[in-house]
Amino acid sequence: MEKFDAIVVGAGPSGNSAAYVLAKAGLSVLQVERGETSGSKNVQGAILYATSLEKIIPDFREEAPLERHIVEQRLWMLDDRSHCGTHYRSDTFNEERPNRYTIVRAQFDKWFNSKVREAGALVVCETTVTELARDEKGKVVGIKTDRDDSVIHADVVILADGVNSLVGQRSGIRDEIKPEHAALAVKEMHFLPREVIEQRFNVKDNEGVVIEALGTVTMGLMGTAFLYTNGESLSVGIGCLVSDFRDSGTSPYVMLDKFKKHPSIAPLIEGSEVKEYAAHLIPEGGYKAIPKLHGDGWLIVGDSGQFVNSMHREGSNLAMETGRMAAETVVALKAEGKSMTEANLARYRKTLEDSFVMKDLKKYKNLPEILHENRQFVTTYPNLLSKAAETWFRVDGMPKLDKEKTIFRTFRSGRRLRGLIGDAVKIARAWR
Amino acid sequence: MKVEEKLYNNRYMVDEGHPHIAIVAKGAPSPALKSLVTVCPAGCYAEEEDGSVVVTPDGCLECGTCRVICAGTGELQWDYPRGGYGILFKFG
Ligand SMILES: Cc1cc2nc3c(=O)[nH]c(=O)nc-3n(C[C@H](O)[C@H](O)[C@H](O)COP(=O)(O)OP(=O)(O)OC[C@H]3O[C@@H](n4cnc5c(N)ncnc54)[C@H](O)[C@@H]3O)c2cc1C
Ligand code: SF4
Repeated sequence: MEKFDAIVVGAGPSGNSAAYVLAKAGLSVLQVERGETSGSKNVQGAILYATSLEKIIPDFREEAPLERHIVEQRLWMLDDRSHCGTHYRSDTFNEERPNRYTIVRAQFDKWFNSKVREAGALVVCETTVTELARDEKGKVVGIKTDRDDSVIHADVVILADGVNSLVGQRSGIRDEIKPEHAALAVKEMHFLPREVIEQRFNVKDNEGVVIEALGTVTMGLMGTAFLYTNGESLSVGIGCLVSDFRDSGTSPYVMLDKFKKHPSIAPLIEGSEVKEYAAHLIPEGGYKAIPKLHGDGWLIVGDSGQFVNSMHREGSNLAMETGRMAAETVVALKAEGKSMTEANLARYRKTLEDSFVMKDLKKYKNLPEILHENRQFVTTYPNLLSKAAETWFRVDGMPKLDKEKTIFRTFRSGRRLRGLIGDAVKIARAWR
Repeated sequence: MKVEEKLYNNRYMVDEGHPHIAIVAKGAPSPALKSLVTVCPAGCYAEEEDGSVVVTPDGCLECGTCRVICAGTGELQWDYPRGGYGILFKFG
């Protein structure tokens, strides 16, 4: 009976990182992916953070399919007719080894997975893992797939199967995710000639711009919208909590179209050809929603473990970090001749706790609830800010002192003083 | 814009005769199941004249939203399409 040192379920960034590190260390690895290729089921904005990939493939820039490196970040608050916010653009982002890139996931994942194969792992696509196989003591000893009923054996199984995490659920090692702990995002790919993108966004060569927006465009639901520049396309999308969609009965595509028609967005995408419409969940429960991450013969990495920092829009990097850390744990135990027991695999949890991954998620552990209970951040505030800015900038003969008073009054009547102070305190607390 | 027009640009490999999502009829649909008629991003759910809800998962984007929403009601049987079938993202 053939037995692998490790089986990795899934070939997204977490699974590819894990499988790559394991194979590079000389372990026998089987990676199983349900899509036609790695990437064919995957959706992202998508911003890639270089540092996490550099730790695994230091010279990835030489061959990975990258779209643009980001030199400008716009954070917008939208009401129905305006946007106000901040822009940060810096020539320092035009560095030799840029820090953030836009990518197209179907292409990027395919490339990453080719590196996994080169490293020596056996990759099997078009195969869905149905459940974990266990021995009489309950230890995980392998997997079952939809190909046949037989068990494929391994010392350890790494679950990198993404946000839906069905394998773990159906094997009884974790619960179903909650509608409050996931956002549903929809996204379109808008194609435009390279020069048009460069003119519209005031960039050259491979420079790129990202826009993150929140406000009335989510129709009172908690969520954000985005527009990212790729080489010859724009990624345009919007996402809100699943529980909010359920309770309001809002259609995600109606919301996406509202965003596309917004007067600040429409001119940027005008004349583009849409070539794809996608939807995907994002785990947003944060620290408190993280399931049990290891047990006898198994580990969980990436979205499957709720590793997303929604505040900073980081997910793929945490997927790579957790995939790498899980793999390094397995490699180290193997080298020490230790077995893959729950006690030994606890080293993975310890490594996570000591890293920025858990530290960041802990920092924002209360944020999901606070945002959940305080819709004014996407409803009242965008309107108030827009009115204030409009009053301030319009030159109409009104004395400036009166303008200040008007602005102050609008804020007070919109949210009342106690509300305003309370909101500031809540945000400050959530930030700590 | 209709959601069908959006799906038109997508690439699928439909597993004829093997729908991966099915509704387990339990009398009147729950509010959770009903919400899918508007919430499913691919418009796979529809309400019939008699008030029942039906699903046609050919255009499914495999997001999992319907499964998460109906997890507590037991009205949905949800699986991934067989390996290789279903949505094939060109860009993602
Ligand atoms: C719209 C959107 C925008 C985002 N923007 C950003 C961003 O800008 N920056 C960022 O860092 N993150 C972003 N994220 C988050 C990021 O995409 C995820 O955190 C990341 O993809 C998680 O990687 P993963 O490998 O854990 O999961 P996934 O990428 O979901 O990969 C899971 C893999 O497992 C496979 N699989 C699942 N079940 C099985 C099974 N039973 N058998 C076999 N194979 C299986 C799937 O087909 C898939 O290939 C975004 C997410 C979305 C939806
Ligand atoms: S998985 Fe998503 S796209 Fe498919 S039917 Fe359910 S809600 Fe609709």
